[in-house]
Amino acid sequence: MWEKNPILLLVLATVVIMIGTTVTVIVPFMSVNTEADRISSVKPYTPLQQEGRDLYIREGCNNCHSQTVRPLVSEVLRYGEYSKSGEFVYDRPFLWGSKRTGPDLARLGGKYPDAWHYKHMAAPRTMVPGSNMPDYGWMKENLLDPKMIERKMKVLGFPYTSEQLSALGDNNEMDAIVAYLQKLGSDIPWRKAAQTTIIGNITNPYAGASHDTMEPWEELYEGNCAACHGEHMEGEIGPNLAGISLEDQELFQIVFNGIAAGGMPSFGNLGTNKVWQLVNYIKYYNQTEDH
Amino acid sequence: MDKPQYNTDIVRSFIHWSVLWGLVAVLVGVVVSIQMTNPELNFAPYFTFGRLRPIHTNAGIYGWGVGTIFAMFIYIAQRLCKVRLWSDKLATFQLWLFNTTITASAITLLLGYTTSKEYHEMEWPIDVMVVILWVVFSINIIMTIIKRKEEQMYISLWYMMAALVGVAILYLVNSAAVPVSFFKSYSAFAGTNDANVEWWFGHNAVAMVLTAPPLAMFYYFLPKSTGVPIYSHKISIISFWSLIFMYLWTGAHHLLWTPIPDWIQTLAMAFSLMLIAPSWGSVINGYMSMKGQWHQMRENYLVKFLILGITFYGLQTLQGPMQAIRSFSAFIHYTDWVPAHIHMGTMGWVSMISFASIYYMVPRIYGKELYSIPLANLHFWLVLIGQLIWTISLWIAGVLQAGMWNAMNPDGSLTYTFMETMVEMYPYWWARTFGGLLFLSGVLVFIFNLVKTCRSGKETVPSGATAEGRV
Repeated sequence: MWEKNPILLLVLATVVIMIGTTVTVIVPFMSVNTEADRISSVKPYTPLQQEGRDLYIREGCNNCHSQTVRPLVSEVLRYGEYSKSGEFVYDRPFLWGSKRTGPDLARLGGKYPDAWHYKHMAAPRTMVPGSNMPDYGWMKENLLDPKMIERKMKVLGFPYTSEQLSALGDNNEMDAIVAYLQKLGSDIPWRKAAQTTIIGNITNPYAGASHDTMEPWEELYEGNCAACHGEHMEGEIGPNLAGISLEDQELFQIVFNGIAAGGMPSFGNLGTNKVWQLVNYIKYYNQTEDH
Repeated sequence: MDKPQYNTDIVRSFIHWSVLWGLVAVLVGVVVSIQMTNPELNFAPYFTFGRLRPIHTNAGIYGWGVGTIFAMFIYIAQRLCKVRLWSDKLATFQLWLFNTTITASAITLLLGYTTSKEYHEMEWPIDVMVVILWVVFSINIIMTIIKRKEEQMYISLWYMMAALVGVAILYLVNSAAVPVSFFKSYSAFAGTNDANVEWWFGHNAVAMVLTAPPLAMFYYFLPKSTGVPIYSHKISIISFWSLIFMYLWTGAHHLLWTPIPDWIQTLAMAFSLMLIAPSWGSVINGYMSMKGQWHQMRENYLVKFLILGITFYGLQTLQGPMQAIRSFSAFIHYTDWVPAHIHMGTMGWVSMISFASIYYMVPRIYGKELYSIPLANLHFWLVLIGQLIWTISLWIAGVLQAGMWNAMNPDGSLTYTFMETMVEMYPYWWARTFGGLLFLSGVLVFIFNLVKTCRSGKETVPSGATAEGRV
């Protein structure tokens, strides 16, 4: 009968389409983003962060970067604590992405110091050799529009102060996007919770290694440390490491866990062996040099 | 018997424009693929990967895909209903609104006005244009069907009508937003809800734009090209209703392991697997319709496009459900495997069927024979091999990268840094660009062949007699 009656076919098709839609799209609104998944420490974006988020959208960063860490071993090791629904309640739109040409950014906030981001955004390959990310240094030239940002905050219903708005006059687009990147995933204190506590005595397995033994570890230093501490450990974004006087164990702890307050990332996911190689390279390589 | 005077002018215009937008989509695709290997070819602020990639996808889906759908719906509906299109004026309005919308989309995306929602990036004023466009189109098609002279509605009309309501529902819900200005809006939904709505839209846009309409084309143009009817009417009925029922449950398979509630993920996974049945219903129906006609694969270039197209549809609808399984998704999602999956669908299935449909319609509209069948065959091989190089290289890349992402040392640490895995992708990305260039050259051969057909193709019998093709 429906094969001879177009109106009936249209009605039936609509009903059939609406069944799955109702169950999987309409019903979830009753449980998602309710008190049940609220996290009290998650706060709305500040005017500067929200503007940075809108710039992230404008430049289509989501085409190459995802923003959800899945509860999988390799993923939590690589990026950090897996993502929770309650962390996204202020995200309009969501920016989870679908492709990781670049790494996931859900836990980027606080991983690096601001200075790293400014340099990396302007010239990605100076900080990350081999990267195919476009340069965004030109964003420094564009100033923000506080009036427009205030309108956005009103539409979103996010709280803001007049000081925050007037401060925007001194900021450019780069400041905004860095402020946003530094907020990503940092509303829950996961970084502290994820820190490894080292108990008992730890001993340097490579103590007394020769210059030749350490030579291949230079690559590790260049890939992980040189962007911030300089090709020759002379320091730049991070401090000068030449002649560093920390104990082996202290240095190991710092490289393994990072320094959350100082913006130094943790390199624990390289594994203890590589971290020890780095410690020895940083501390002893130049001392053992023959000339 | 008196043949009604069909409106073929509007079909012709839609074909011209859809092919042009198709060319744009493929060209921009090649450009962004080169930007992935050569980042210095990003020219800020307008010509960066982040802004160009949505132009590639939207020109492909809406310019080439929907443009061809418009042409084909209007062509087929008139013939299956044995009446002229309900309103020529509405159709002409629709043509120019369509082109204005696609042009406005390309310009605003270049300028950075985007919602960021995949396959729905355009800001709200363009959403309004799309809604008007779809309403105008739907009214015209539905009215044509209502005043039809043929009582029974053929399979193609079912798929077309389902697409009309499906797209309307999906597009309206997913575009819900609060405007801040003419160029900026915020989604009406937040976070996890927004993700769930977006991928319900995203996956069902595949159902209602890239599956139902190409199936309508396939069910019409295959029997027209071979001269024998579809194998089983019963399979068609079962496939149709189960397809449009099951698709809507599966959107969350794009969001496995994310904070979306687990039960939605499980439903999405289960329904994705069940979808194999209706999808393969159409594939088998197509293959069985070739019974006794397989020699036409050698003799009839249209059949080659159609059968390869439905074959890639079959492969696509096996690979898709496989990716929707939690454990496999955990491994493969976010890698280059995923764009390879999409491109088997778009380059292998939708485009193959669209090429065949256009090859079928153009000579009949112009009353001329196709300029060159050898060129059509060359076109076939270029787009087929181009697509295979494109997809196979990125499947390998995806498995490689997934393996490296998950590799762990005996002490429980990760073996590779992210960058160590990313730099491994470069050779495969180069291969992909090469495949894309082959596909592009195929499209250029196609366009050359069409232009030559219009300009200098041999006249067939008086055009009135051919307006309907073979019955």
